[in-house]
Amino acid sequence: LCSYGSMEKYKAPRRIRTVGDNCLIGASGEYSDFQSVMDTLEGMVQDDVNYDDGEKSDAKSIHSYLRAVMYQRRSKMNPLWNDIIIAGKDFLGYVDKIGTTYEDSFIATGFGSYLAIPILRSKWRPDLTEGEARALLEDCLRVLFYRDCRALNRIQIAKVQGDDDAVVSDPYELETNWSGFEATKGDMDGDGGW
Amino acid sequence: KSSKKADFVAMHRNMYDTDVTVFSPEGRLLQVEYAMESTKQGSACVGLRSENYVVIGALKRSVNEMSSHQKKLMEIDGHMGIAIAGLTADARSIAKWMRNECLNHKYVYGSAMPSKRLCEELADKHQRTTQTYVRRPYGVGLLVAAYDEATGPHLFQTCPSGNLYEFYATAIGARSQSAKTYLEKHFEGFPSTEKDDLIVHALKALSGCVTGDGELNKDNASIAIVGKDHKFQLIEGENVAVYLDKLEVDGGGTEGGGDGDAMEE
Repeated sequence: LCSYGSMEKYKAPRRIRTVGDNCLIGASGEYSDFQSVMDTLEGMVQDDVNYDDGEKSDAKSIHSYLRAVMYQRRSKMNPLWNDIIIAGKDFLGYVDKIGTTYEDSFIATGFGSYLAIPILRSKWRPDLTEGEARALLEDCLRVLFYRDCRALNRIQIAKVQGDDDAVVSDPYELETNWSGFEATKGDMDGDGGW
Repeated sequence: KSSKKADFVAMHRNMYDTDVTVFSPEGRLLQVEYAMESTKQGSACVGLRSENYVVIGALKRSVNEMSSHQKKLMEIDGHMGIAIAGLTADARSIAKWMRNECLNHKYVYGSAMPSKRLCEELADKHQRTTQTYVRRPYGVGLLVAAYDEATGPHLFQTCPSGNLYEFYATAIGARSQSAKTYLEKHFEGFPSTEKDDLIVHALKALSGCVTGDGELNKDNASIAIVGKDHKFQLIEGENVAVYLDKLEVDGGGTEGGGDGDAMEE
């Protein structure tokens, strides 16, 4: 979901994209800044093609490059207002608008760091199968839809495993079950008041 | 007829060789060629590579018995080093630039600079000096040895002209033809050669480049190696003496040494 203040303006934006065929980039924050970052990265991929020397940018070097860019922009007091996740073969990293970086087995931005990370910390195992991993992510996104009033239940899941198989799914809707929330409704008395 | 042409050339050399931006009647850039001469005057450097390693070696000259031997091998980064022949000061300036490029790349991309890209930019840097009034070509030839994670070992040669060559094995500098002859004879076996034997090959090739009454010893021989899981390592002094001893055991390396002087280009 791409919001315009509190207006749900674009309901199915591409917030996860591939870079080359071996890297995934996902971003929160200012969508236009994300688009600008993608333009730069696509230029980088084209440069690799033009050099024609067998070298291909991998997720790690893209992560390092974005770090340098984000930190430089923040130092010039003109940041790219994004929190970015970079994924590739054997790599998962994070860069934010002030150039902070970290790598971990699971990463989240925005509300996800408050709501999804505890779930992931509890449920993640190094030997998760793909199906289990997808289900885990869907559970996290579901909770985010329940609890973040600026979220939608339309999501995308992306996967990358080897050197050339990065792929992003089409947007699809998560199934939700609001029956458990009846208890929180409280006594409305017709006006939802205190 | 041919001597007439030679006379013509000799006469016209003076007219067309003052500026680097002027072609001679034969379509040559004489200043660039003079710069290449500088490389040929430098003492010999050799380079050779196997499947996992690149070895470069050089003969270090000393002005007289009281002086030190001129350093010929320089580290550029953990995965890259150069051997120089020609104007040492020009070489140091180039090395500084290369080191800077490698460090910048590492800072931005978190990985080692791909050697071919750096050498292509280096060759372009050389070319730029041949097409402007206010500069002169670099008077030094380099052998660049590098090991890239993605593409393996590489050995490049750069010229003042701006040309870039990649080699399995080569030699530059004074009396380098002798080394080239040795390398041509043996290079097909290099891919499977072990690290230590590769170094011995380099020393054998170098030994043919020594002047008639000189000899290769631990003071004037200089070797460096870089490769898979092996950061750039300089081998000099006592460390190279170990390999020089192997040379003697193998019966010395003066193959083709006698032909060296006569066949120098």
